[in-house]
Amino acid sequence: MRLAEAWRVAIDALRANRLRSVLTMLGVVIGVAAVVALVGIGTGTKGQIEQQVEGLGSNLLLVVPGRLEAGSAPAASTMDLDDVEAVARVVGDRDRVAATIASGETVRAGSRSAFASMQGVLENTPDVFVRKLDRGTYLSRTDVTTGRRVAVLGAGTATTLFGDRDPIGRQITIGGVRFRVIGTFERLGQSLGVDRDSEVHVPVTAAQRLLGTDRIDGLAIRAPDRERIGQLSTAVVKVLTDRHPDTDFSAVTQEQILGVLGDILGVLTGVLAAIAGISLLVGGVGVSNIMLVSVRERTKEIGLRKAVGARPRDIGVQFLLEAVLLTTIGGVLGMALGVTAALLVDRFSPVPAAVTWWSLALAFGVSAVVGIIFGVVPAQRAGRLDPVVALRTE
Amino acid sequence: MTAPAIVATDISRTYELDGVSVPALRGVSLTIEPTDYVAIVGTSGSGKSTLMHLLGGLDRPSGGTLLIGGRDVAGLGPAEMAKLRNETIGFVFQSFHLLARTTARDNVALPLVYRGVGRRERRARAAEMLERVGLAHRLDHRPNQMSGGEQQRVAIARALVTEPAVLLADEPTGNLDSATGQSVLALLESLNDDGVAVVLVTHDRDVAARARRRIVMKDGAIVPLAGEDA
Ligand SMILES: Nc1ncnc2c1ncn2[C@@H]1O[C@H](COP(=O)(O)OP(=O)(O)O)[C@@H](O)[C@H]1O
Ligand SMILES: [Mg+2]
Repeated sequence: MRLAEAWRVAIDALRANRLRSVLTMLGVVIGVAAVVALVGIGTGTKGQIEQQVEGLGSNLLLVVPGRLEAGSAPAASTMDLDDVEAVARVVGDRDRVAATIASGETVRAGSRSAFASMQGVLENTPDVFVRKLDRGTYLSRTDVTTGRRVAVLGAGTATTLFGDRDPIGRQITIGGVRFRVIGTFERLGQSLGVDRDSEVHVPVTAAQRLLGTDRIDGLAIRAPDRERIGQLSTAVVKVLTDRHPDTDFSAVTQEQILGVLGDILGVLTGVLAAIAGISLLVGGVGVSNIMLVSVRERTKEIGLRKAVGARPRDIGVQFLLEAVLLTTIGGVLGMALGVTAALLVDRFSPVPAAVTWWSLALAFGVSAVVGIIFGVVPAQRAGRLDPVVALRTE
Repeated sequence: MTAPAIVATDISRTYELDGVSVPALRGVSLTIEPTDYVAIVGTSGSGKSTLMHLLGGLDRPSGGTLLIGGRDVAGLGPAEMAKLRNETIGFVFQSFHLLARTTARDNVALPLVYRGVGRRERRARAAEMLERVGLAHRLDHRPNQMSGGEQQRVAIARALVTEPAVLLADEPTGNLDSATGQSVLALLESLNDDGVAVVLVTHDRDVAARARRRIVMKDGAIVPLAGEDA
């Protein structure tokens, strides 16, 4: 009953000073909106990247020379195709081991040109990394063994070079060397700001000849099952280290990549949330201020309520509710604004944003807590007012 | 007769103002019986309001003992004092002290909120009380829609709604014209006839004369009057 009265009075007080209530809420609205929108962008980005890493297929093991540690520069590769054979023997299935040598090259078709990542690969690449063709065919075993100059284009590169025309069977040059297009990939989109459709796949042998090397950059292995990844990883690193005693090799699983990316993006999201949290804090200080004004304005009312039997607690709860109401209404409005902002960003900018229930719950919870924290001091002041002094106030 | 409603024994109240002690009340002894009608008169600043605040449990004496409804206020905390006021005392103030944005009915019902009475019963009892003070037709009016006399009647209804033992009225007619003031005083007298103790601060000599007991205050003390039982 007393609580119901406190609610009624709090709502009434906010209504009586509509403009002031709205202005006070604004700080909380902006703070909560910032939390929801920025956390949405953080989680959206993280989700997109996770999806893309998972899109590589499951049970994937990437093997590169050098130690995979933060801050260490990528080491120059000493691996070649013989190492691929050796690793394939360890794995026991040649089709599960992909090799890559990559280089940024200018690709031309007639008068048009595009900058693309040329990937010298084996014929099994679409199976190891899950890649789907849009048109034509992929590289064959023979293409790889004979070093035939054929190419499969990423969707972006194909569009840049050929527009709407069918690229299959047409001639292109990569780094000045002529290749024939035999297929195109389905569109993939962006990942971490990198356009994954600006690619050209050619036989690894052809790429090596073009680049004047017999090295490869790295290996990827699709493990037959999840349980054997660890064991496989150790065996692969061992066979490579035996063959190249002076070089370190690292094998990382998809989970490890996800873990590292997740950590980085988690920190990023945290920083964004902290920035947003500060504006929420500023909003809270505004609430505190207005509540103190409200207590002063209603000193006589407090005195009267006490005279007719309100305990200090009853008065305190009434003002605390008023503060919490201010911040939670502000919180709900801020959530609406933040969700709208996140959806707009997601829709109209390249930055992905995903609104999660937990961020909404958090924002609402935090706004209520801000109300309690910043409402406590004014509420206590109101509760402790001496009724005689309060009644004398005019 | 039952136990006295209020017993004050040698109570004093000293305000501390910027390090200076202001003795507003010095050794007042007074007993309010359940059917009393006491008028307190005295010059401005003689301590009448201070005494009323103490008798009503809004404040606590600096010295002496004060029993309200049989309970010594010295041992009570703010919450217990609030409960004591709610159960025992009804206040009527010179400036009415009604909640501005609230109807007469809800103003009257306010003390019942703090007693924990349900909304339906609160509204029923408030309406009943407003009828008793002659304002059955003003239930949903707000203070600014009522005359001063009506506002003070609402305040009296609010003081009565908890069925207190004592009604304390500090210059209840101070803001009213004399005709309206007379009708308010008549109301208080009729309430007293119905069995509520009334303690009234007034400047009106006639009113004071009509009271069963008259107390004159001067410089924070009760002036002994020849021929009267103070
Ligand atoms: N809160 C206070 N602080 C300091 N002095 C006060 C306070 N309240 C009243 N006084 C002083 O106490 C004396 C008695 O005041 P009051 O009880 O209001 O007298 P009355 O109601 O008879 O006019 C006056 O001198 C007044 O100035
Ligand atoms: Mg006075």
